[in-house]
Amino acid sequence: MSAQNPELERLANEEYKYGFVSDIESDQIAPGLSEEVVRLISAKKEEPAWLLDFRLKALARFQEMLEEKHEPGWAKVDYPEINYQDIIYYSAPKPSVEVESLDEVDPELLRTYEKLGISLDEQKRLSGVKVAVDAVFDSVSVATTYRAELEKQGIIFCSFSEAVKNHPDLIKKYLGSVVPYSDNFFACLNSAVFSDGSFAYIPKGVRCPMELSTYFRINSAGTGQFERTLLVADEGASVSYLEGCTAPMRDENQLHAAVVELVALDDASIKYSTVQNWYPGDKNGVGGIYNFVTKRGACRGKRSKISWTQVETGSAITWKYPSCILQGDDSVGEFYSVAMTNNYQQADTGTKMIHIGKNTKSTIISKGISAGRGQQTYRGLVKIGRKAEGARNYSQCDSLLLGSECGAHTFPYLDVENPSATVEHEATTSKIGEDQIFYCLQRGLSEEDAISIIVNGFCKEVLRELPMEFAVEAQNLLSLSLEGSVG
Amino acid sequence: MLEIKNLHANAGDTPIIKGIDLNIGAGEVHAIMGPNGSGKSTLSNVLAGRPGYSVTRGEVLYAGQNLLDMPTEIRAREGVFLAFQYPVEIPGVGNSYFLKTSVNAVRTHRGEDELDAMDFLSICEEKMKLVEMPSDLMSRSINEGFSGGEKKRNEILQMLLLEPKLCILDETDSGLDIDALRVVAEGVNAMRSPDRAMLVITHYQRLLDYIVPDRVHVLSGGQIVRSGGKELAGELEAKGYGWIGNPE
Repeated sequence: MSAQNPELERLANEEYKYGFVSDIESDQIAPGLSEEVVRLISAKKEEPAWLLDFRLKALARFQEMLEEKHEPGWAKVDYPEINYQDIIYYSAPKPSVEVESLDEVDPELLRTYEKLGISLDEQKRLSGVKVAVDAVFDSVSVATTYRAELEKQGIIFCSFSEAVKNHPDLIKKYLGSVVPYSDNFFACLNSAVFSDGSFAYIPKGVRCPMELSTYFRINSAGTGQFERTLLVADEGASVSYLEGCTAPMRDENQLHAAVVELVALDDASIKYSTVQNWYPGDKNGVGGIYNFVTKRGACRGKRSKISWTQVETGSAITWKYPSCILQGDDSVGEFYSVAMTNNYQQADTGTKMIHIGKNTKSTIISKGISAGRGQQTYRGLVKIGRKAEGARNYSQCDSLLLGSECGAHTFPYLDVENPSATVEHEATTSKIGEDQIFYCLQRGLSEEDAISIIVNGFCKEVLRELPMEFAVEAQNLLSLSLEGSVG
Repeated sequence: MLEIKNLHANAGDTPIIKGIDLNIGAGEVHAIMGPNGSGKSTLSNVLAGRPGYSVTRGEVLYAGQNLLDMPTEIRAREGVFLAFQYPVEIPGVGNSYFLKTSVNAVRTHRGEDELDAMDFLSICEEKMKLVEMPSDLMSRSINEGFSGGEKKRNEILQMLLLEPKLCILDETDSGLDIDALRVVAEGVNAMRSPDRAMLVITHYQRLLDYIVPDRVHVLSGGQIVRSGGKELAGELEAKGYGWIGNPE
């Protein structure tokens, strides 16, 4: 940290805004992972036998992987070995009864979401913007708003557990169809112990009239959060979905291993935006969330489109590669990412674009910002299959360094099996310019504003992909967590 | 307005300015000329408070206050404006947004209300005409892909909008063709007023054909080696810098 910039030092040391703990009684099971625990979770959720079976197969595979030490070691992140027996795999706010209306929800819980700036009360939402929210607290979904309004158009938006009960056919058809339970170490763990998450289904030809959003909050100590999100856009349907996440400040690391599966059929489009602000740990690198997440979308239909936009500012370690399988002819995959690491944060993130269908097209725009001792890696794969005639990819990876103790790394993998493909990759790494800051100061801007506008300018191509109402939030978040050391 | 007393300054660890005394009164335009490496740009950077430059001796008073004690952004808000020799590009940051942020930072400091987007736009349009600035430059990123002339016009536009009390123009003429030079000079001349001081730094006399100074100083080896009226510039042009000699 540069002594020349006391203002920056103050800002960099600013406390994580969402670090409070809510005093809510929770229904927890004892730490540890076993068949018994998986059966218990499944029983608590009154799941059908086929789902328990899915979990048990995943658990068996996970235990094999654990024994064979399959925990991914290739990412450029460094953390002490996780003891999977120390984690609490299920925690739910009490009473965990189904609630008919918000009146029945613990007021402390509602206050928690109000504090996070999310009102679960439909009547109380300010401005004309409607956003349907599914709120997931620790392991379970506590409320979903605007459900009735969405149902009129046949749109299903509910917690994963409810979907298992009320729409078992859809879940059975699509669960694990994009990310198989055995896909990778963390996806496998999730498949065994996932507790809740969000489900959305947009029927044929329906354009979802409002943003769908899930807000994840880890509250209890010692728990892991393992949620599962499944979105299906039927033929000609379109939807824009946003997820946000925060957690209290704790000295121990907490594991978050989620799985997100997206399915787009013919002419369908899904826009999936993430503003990830899990607790990053303190300035000495103590505590913080391990964010080990598998996100994948399948463009199954012709002319379908899946677009990932992520703003990753939180977590001690981020390991995630939202990907697109471009199966349908003329389908389109997009990945827009801003990842920011400050203090001792580490991020290894990127995407995979798997071109299978003809004339499939993908775009990757990745912006990495490192400050403090943050380490940032872009890792991306563009694979053009044998039959992907006329496939096209454009990748651009830019890194911005604030200070001299941080790092930026770029690992683009290209695998092209069809000679008619066009693949372009551009990468830049730059240091935030003292001359740019001086220019802003000379025009009367404060140092914090100067860095904030320079960084926001650097991320502009990604931020403009976010839904309007979240773009401002994301910019503020960047300004807040970004101001690190310069010089 | 500006009193420089026995100023010594380093760029990094290298002593560049070795004792400058200079007084610029309100309403006056002073030109500083000198060969490359004479300390012209160091002087402007020291006055504006650029990191990497340090004052080793002497003092600078601005409107009676100790300028060197003020942080860079406070100098700017107090009315010290530097038109850059090489304006930087800031990708992704809209020029118009930047100018509005800048104007409002200065207005807030002066205790004035911030301008809203509409008011700012109408003031901006008026000033843009003065420097013949095409309107599409406002919606582009700061200086990104601007021609040399456009960058300098953008500097003068900022100066017109911020209404500083002390304008420092650092080799504003470099890289300008004759038409751009005329436009830039007209912008500067429009700013001349009895309560504003200007310091015009240039290598060549031709800028001073358009911006006619009250005083001309010749800088060499980090010192002012000669001062005179506007005719001094013409003399220099005719005889070259070799004529004034080197103090060392």
